[in-house]
Amino acid sequence: MSMYGYLFRRLLGTIPVMLVVAVFIFLMLRLTPSDPAAIIAGDNATTEQVAQIRSQLGLNRPMIEQFFIWSGNVLTGDFGESFFFKKTVASLIGERIEPTLSLALFTILIAVLVAVPLGVLAAHRHGSWIDRIVMGFSVLGFSVPVFVVGYLLIYLFAVWLNWLPVQGYQRISEGVGGWVQRLILPSLTLSVIYIALIARMTRTSVLEVLSEDYIRTARAKGQNERTVLFRHALRNAAVPIVTVIGLGIALLIGGVVVTESVFTIPGLGRLTVDAVLARDYPTIQAVILLFSFVYVMINLAVDMLYTLLDPRIRY
Amino acid sequence: MAEPVLEIANLAVAIKGSGDRPHAVRGINLTVGANEIVCVVGESGSGKSVTAQAVMGLLPKNAMEVETGSMRLQGEELTAKSDADLRALRGTRMAMVFQEPMTALNPVERVGDQIGEVLEVHTDLDPAARRERVLEMMRAVHLPDPEQMIDAYPHQLSGGQRQRIMIAAALVLDPALLIADEPTTALDVTTQAQILKLVKEMQGRKKTGVLFITHDFGVVSEIADRVVVMQMGRIVEQGPCEEVLRNPREDYTRMLLAAVPSMTPPRRSPVSGPIVLQTDKLFKTYGKRSLFQPKARIVHAVSDVSLTVRRGETLGIVGESGSGKSTVARCVARLVEATSGAIRIDDVDIASMKEAKFRPMRRRVQFIFQDPYRSLNPRRTVGEAIIEGPMNFGLPRKEALQRARDLMAVVHLSPDAIDRYPHQFSGGQRQRICIARALAMEPELLIGDEPVSALDVSVQDQVLKLLDEVRRKFDLAVLFITHDLRVAAQVCDRIAVMQRGVIVEQGTTSEVFAAPRHEYTRALFDAAPGRNREFFVDKAPEAALPH
Repeated sequence: MSMYGYLFRRLLGTIPVMLVVAVFIFLMLRLTPSDPAAIIAGDNATTEQVAQIRSQLGLNRPMIEQFFIWSGNVLTGDFGESFFFKKTVASLIGERIEPTLSLALFTILIAVLVAVPLGVLAAHRHGSWIDRIVMGFSVLGFSVPVFVVGYLLIYLFAVWLNWLPVQGYQRISEGVGGWVQRLILPSLTLSVIYIALIARMTRTSVLEVLSEDYIRTARAKGQNERTVLFRHALRNAAVPIVTVIGLGIALLIGGVVVTESVFTIPGLGRLTVDAVLARDYPTIQAVILLFSFVYVMINLAVDMLYTLLDPRIRY
Repeated sequence: MAEPVLEIANLAVAIKGSGDRPHAVRGINLTVGANEIVCVVGESGSGKSVTAQAVMGLLPKNAMEVETGSMRLQGEELTAKSDADLRALRGTRMAMVFQEPMTALNPVERVGDQIGEVLEVHTDLDPAARRERVLEMMRAVHLPDPEQMIDAYPHQLSGGQRQRIMIAAALVLDPALLIADEPTTALDVTTQAQILKLVKEMQGRKKTGVLFITHDFGVVSEIADRVVVMQMGRIVEQGPCEEVLRNPREDYTRMLLAAVPSMTPPRRSPVSGPIVLQTDKLFKTYGKRSLFQPKARIVHAVSDVSLTVRRGETLGIVGESGSGKSTVARCVARLVEATSGAIRIDDVDIASMKEAKFRPMRRRVQFIFQDPYRSLNPRRTVGEAIIEGPMNFGLPRKEALQRARDLMAVVHLSPDAIDRYPHQFSGGQRQRICIARALAMEPELLIGDEPVSALDVSVQDQVLKLLDEVRRKFDLAVLFITHDLRVAAQVCDRIAVMQRGVIVEQGTTSEVFAAPRHEYTRALFDAAPGRNREFFVDKAPEAALPH
């Protein structure tokens, strides 16, 4: 089985997955009791006004018909118009994607750069105080909620030390400095739990590999300890670590929602919250589809990475 | 006499914390001269590997440390050296080859890079020059097609090729001392012969001093100039190879030598009991081509195997790894399903019988596995392990326990020990327990899949005697899988030699050993280390056997 053949099959496999997600989210939204038309019309609207809005939005048609209209449009790249923001969903997502992507990227970058060396160090000094501190921090990082970490960091760095801005977001086009400055606190906040997760996984995985025979071989060659750790141990320990990082990116979506709220960042997380509150069907559907697609792609990327990390893995 | 390459004087290595003894090794005095191969022989726990690790400075830091003594490498004291200084010596002036070529190479790095790593650490050669030197070294250890193989990963190589890579990496900077820790133990006998030849050739090339650790006297007789015998962390005896092998001074050495099974099979009269097991044209094929995978790999693990075992008879299946000998055993016990052919137990074909129908017959065929450390559940007492089977077949617990106690006595263990856990027993004792567990089912056919291969030679001898004893006592048919010709010679009435899934030769043990007909059988015999030597010592070796 060639690699490209495998890739092709996997890409083909995303089609049914996306279809299931589409059906599921479509049904979920329409089967939960609530009426977007009533929300748009407001508290003082008459029944006729609500009915009129409903027919404008096409919500009075049979559900199956609505689904085929929507999915037909999606296939041509048209995600419809937001009920609430009065814009096309595509342009709405286009505006909101940069902050979220920046936040996610920064978070993962910080998490990996901090967690992997920490985990390797903890494994290397297994049982020492460094190990215990890293593991203790890891438990703490798991258990403290994102918004608590967020407000703590805001208080420390923004209010008390006054080093960084409290909230907000600056687009990269308006200056890289401000962009980075405003991303540090939110990504730090969000990365705490991933640092905990990845550091722990790295430690366990490296610790296991360190007792392997080839580590002894490397030492017998006169290789220094750092190279033994990072060249021989880490790469062999990488598969579970990469798996966890992949899962982490996928789970980031939940964290993004909270973090964007805490730091008032106009990203997809905020958009999702606003859209759900407003029962903005087209927006919710598009965002969920997008998230699912990203999720599937990350999984695929992780599987592909395995083959790079370990030549024994072939599909 | 020229200065020795390695000189160990009065070395003691302490075990930190509370072990069963305070020192891993103690009072070690030995030297390795240039162009000399010194074999350190001993059973597990004798401290031979610890000695090697101490020299290399590779003792596990939080478990052991050098307490007293001196180790000199070409006159230079090693015990006083810093970690960094020792690192600089490793790979350049002393190098090491390990037992398991399967695990001693980094699985995710190209083999060429792993040889080149030594050059990377210790020299200023640029990548192109390194590659050139690596290729040269790969040619020197006779690896086929080095230009291709240099970019291969370890899993793409055979065991013997991997061990050649290890040797190339160890010798690429022409160290004065090579330490080889059981380098051929995990290899097939024909591969072992080639690697031994290579070690000899390589050490002669640059007059390297070799410290060769092994438990196998056959290997010792093939390559040693001098022999050091170790027991329980001490050196029992040392001297020139011939002298130690021919005229051992110490009882322990004599006992070890006497325990090496002879290559000459004892006289056996043919067994004429009823046929218990008969396989007819047995095939086991892995992989299947289908419409979707027309190029799927098909492996014929077992092809056209027909054999019989009579009551009271031991049939040995001899072969190297991958020959299919274990697969035959597994098919017979229905641990894997045969692809085609018949397996008759007492004339009932079980090959394609439904599992539910076959289950009552499972009692009749019992298995003893290779590794006694892993074939007993560590969380259950040995009594529970023994009674589980009989109770599954309806024996009341009380009677089952009585049977377990009786069987413990049969395998020469205390009946009261049934309440203990497996970790409280030695390897040999555990294998006895496994035998008791198999006997508890009152089987007709006993299958041993390399049952003594993981055991020390003196223990191996005892377990083999026990197997022979129970075979006679219970009139069992035994299917004995082994790679060891010496063991086969001693326990088998008849022998089937397997190669690549096929039985190439079958006959009585004395026939096959006296006049092997197939060329593969002859190759196996030629490769057996110390094949022309009898390690028999006439001075009452039995007296030295521990009981």
